[in-house]
Amino acid sequence: MSQSSERARGATVALEHVTKQYDTRARGTPGAVNDLSLEVPSGKICVLVGPSGCGKTTSLKMVNRLIEATSGRILLDGVDTATRDVTELRRGIGYVIQQVGLFPHQTIGENVAVVPQLLGWPASRRGERAEELLELVGLDPARYRDRYPSQLSGGERQRVGVARALAADPPVMLMDEPFGAVDPIVRDRLQNEFLRLQEELAKTILFVTHDIDEAIKMGDLVAVMKVGGYLAQFGPPSEILAAPADDFVARFVGADRGLKRLSLSRVGSLALRSTPTAQPGDDAAAARRTITNDLPYLLLIDADRRPVGWIDREDVPTSGVLTEDMSTPMSPLFNRRATLKDALSLLLDSDVQTGIVVDRRGAMLGIVTADMIAEEMRSGEHVVATDPFPAEEAPLGGPGFAPGLADEAAVEAVVEAGP
Amino acid sequence: MNGRPLLDWTWIVEHLDDMAFRTAQHLWLAGIAVAAGFVISFALALAIRRIPNLYGPITGIAGVLYTIPGLGLFAALVPITGLTTLTAVIPLTLYTLLIFVRNMVAGFEAVPRDVLEAADGMGFTPGRRLRAIELPLAIPLIVTALRLASVSTIGLVMIVSLIGDNFGGLGLFIKEGIQTFFPTKIYVGAVLSLVLAFLADAVFVGIERALTPWARARAQSVRGAA
Repeated sequence: MSQSSERARGATVALEHVTKQYDTRARGTPGAVNDLSLEVPSGKICVLVGPSGCGKTTSLKMVNRLIEATSGRILLDGVDTATRDVTELRRGIGYVIQQVGLFPHQTIGENVAVVPQLLGWPASRRGERAEELLELVGLDPARYRDRYPSQLSGGERQRVGVARALAADPPVMLMDEPFGAVDPIVRDRLQNEFLRLQEELAKTILFVTHDIDEAIKMGDLVAVMKVGGYLAQFGPPSEILAAPADDFVARFVGADRGLKRLSLSRVGSLALRSTPTAQPGDDAAAARRTITNDLPYLLLIDADRRPVGWIDREDVPTSGVLTEDMSTPMSPLFNRRATLKDALSLLLDSDVQTGIVVDRRGAMLGIVTADMIAEEMRSGEHVVATDPFPAEEAPLGGPGFAPGLADEAAVEAVVEAGP
Repeated sequence: MNGRPLLDWTWIVEHLDDMAFRTAQHLWLAGIAVAAGFVISFALALAIRRIPNLYGPITGIAGVLYTIPGLGLFAALVPITGLTTLTAVIPLTLYTLLIFVRNMVAGFEAVPRDVLEAADGMGFTPGRRLRAIELPLAIPLIVTALRLASVSTIGLVMIVSLIGDNFGGLGLFIKEGIQTFFPTKIYVGAVLSLVLAFLADAVFVGIERALTPWARARAQSVRGAA
């Protein structure tokens, strides 16, 4: 329980043998949940993912007791939620739903300050908090505060929904397909922004989606659920992709799981290769001797180590000096935060399948090739071994719960891709 | 027919105070009935909200009451309650129930499910949810019911005059006009009740507009987008 700042950080969320049974399977009955146990460490995002009827939303709603569990316990920081006053419990948990559920008769400012109002904050403090939160989710308070929800676009409403859930700074947030009602481009942006926010906020988040790609992108931990409310696999996304626990998980994550894993790793995590370099004005003959058979090119860089272009070994003169016009700039440039998936895609598209990794100022750090990425992909397969009888061993968290890997995945997942 | 003009302006000018009195009486009767109907229906609607199975029986009874001919109901009450205001108000009130209950229930049902779920999830108590969320969002349909009920009640008060001269409102003008072959009285009664109905309607439209600024915001943004 580190109190690194005044902000309320996350709390540990633990589900212990939680079961929800329904007598009928009438239309509209939520999915049942069967003996679900998992623990989400403080400050992590745990994504519940699975087909409809797998009980993921039911599981989420049992945490804030919109649905009461038939048996089992749910603990927030060790305290059984069943022992707490339900209204007070809910006011302390952020709640975001797909259709947002903004109050149409209240302004955006009022909507954001709903929970503070329930908690009895004075009006001035509520107003300040609403402005702060609108700012946080990227909506100009002056423009949006006095508007009504009907005057906002879908993406803007989703942002307001997130702001509202954060209003009283709850340690735990429940998000039920929070970005499900917007188009893919807006969704991608909202996801990235939310991950960036979460880097600072460090809330403990339970996140429901039916989209495996979203689960992999958003989750520090992913719980794959099967119809009937069974937990099929629980672990960091890299592990789910590398070693699906069974056929169901393998089918659910898809045949392209190898490619999907690439989106979890960043160029910065590769051991970058070096390559012979020279600067304009250097002696050509000396530079020519540094070229290896491995990569028959010479990379020309300027005085600040910024890449200028490649010179084919055949085109390097045997005497005289190197000049800029001998080189062709034909490699994609990456920063360390680019995902391996994006990098591979650009490399396959370029003339030489070699990319140059540069730092923030544009100076060269090393090179990356498509082969290196393919190698990384192969080596990852062996990182996580499949346990033949995982469920019997794991006391909490199900198959292959590995906090160390979760940490790593968290660091990688929170940075936005792209140069 | 007997040479009298359709509108006797001299009579009108001489009887302005009469007209004011009967208009006020008319409004008073309609007002009590609508208010009583509103309160009773609101309680019924809340009961239905809690126990949805009550909707059928309650609207069924209100529907049967609605079909009883007005004059018959007034006449039937006279032996019980005498020639009192109560005799006039009870039927008028009963006739509003169907309009109110249906619209109030529809108003509650029109509140989007996701709004209710969000409210519950954020920790609204049921009472607070009703006050702060459901009622404000049901306003448009509740006001619609008020408009319908007040216009129809203002019309119904006209026939109250048939059971007694003491509390007939503007209907008395028409009754007297027919009895004495004096068209001016008929027109005065008809026009004033019409004006009253229009005004009542306009007042409620104004109230709705004042209470639902968000609905206007939506209309504006829709027009803006078009």
